Amino acid sequence: MIKVNYFARLRELTGKAEETIEQQSMTVTELLDWAEATYPGFGKDTVHVAVNEEYALKEDVIQSGDVCAFIPPVSGG
Amino acid sequence: MKPFEIVETPIETQKYSDYVLHAGAGAVTVFTGHVREWTHGIRTLYLAYEAYVPMAEKKLAQIGAEMEEKWPGVKVAIAHRIGEMHISDIAVVIAVSSPHRKAAYEANEYAIERIKEVVPIWKKEIWEDGEEWIGGQKKYPEKGSAEQ
Repeated sequence: MIKVNYFARLRELTGKAEETIEQQSMTVTELLDWAEATYPGFGKDTVHVAVNEEYALKEDVIQSGDVCAFIPPVSGG
Repeated sequence: MKPFEIVETPIETQKYSDYVLHAGAGAVTVFTGHVREWTHGIRTLYLAYEAYVPMAEKKLAQIGAEMEEKWPGVKVAIAHRIGEMHISDIAVVIAVSSPHRKAAYEANEYAIERIKEVVPIWKKEIWEDGEEWIGGQKKYPEKGSAEQ
């Protein structure tokens, strides 16, 4: 089970702040593909993924129990 | 207060400048970023910021560590506010002390540029006739960028 968090535009698009995915393991690319297929307009090419509060690479493997977050382009400051 | 924090209440800048001040400091720079009414001819009514709070605080601390490495002797505190903010409210404060002024100025500017690149905070502009999440980061963050 993998937990994912949504913020900003993605929270509004999905209508939820978080959910869990019933997977034992998947790559960051697979997670982004799943998000794009599940939520049309997700914009996976502009979205980064954080795993356990650190930016992850596309080929990194997410394991059950990890906490992920989709990070659309940031705009703090 | 924590030296690197996300807050939901109005920012009191004095706390952060007091935190970085010490006997060896000859200069303190305090930058405050404010809500601006007009951007490219469009009038903002108010802003709404949100953050991935635990990660944002870690990234602020990482930026502080980068600053200490690049400008030895600086001491840093950064706070970013989230929630609804109105014109002229303070969204972010960066306080930097250093033995001499040049490092305090340079390190302070570095901090705001890095915040705009890597800290998971998002700004929504609310106008008279609409609203939009803003996101135009210049450079994507890289994994393990603490080591950069």
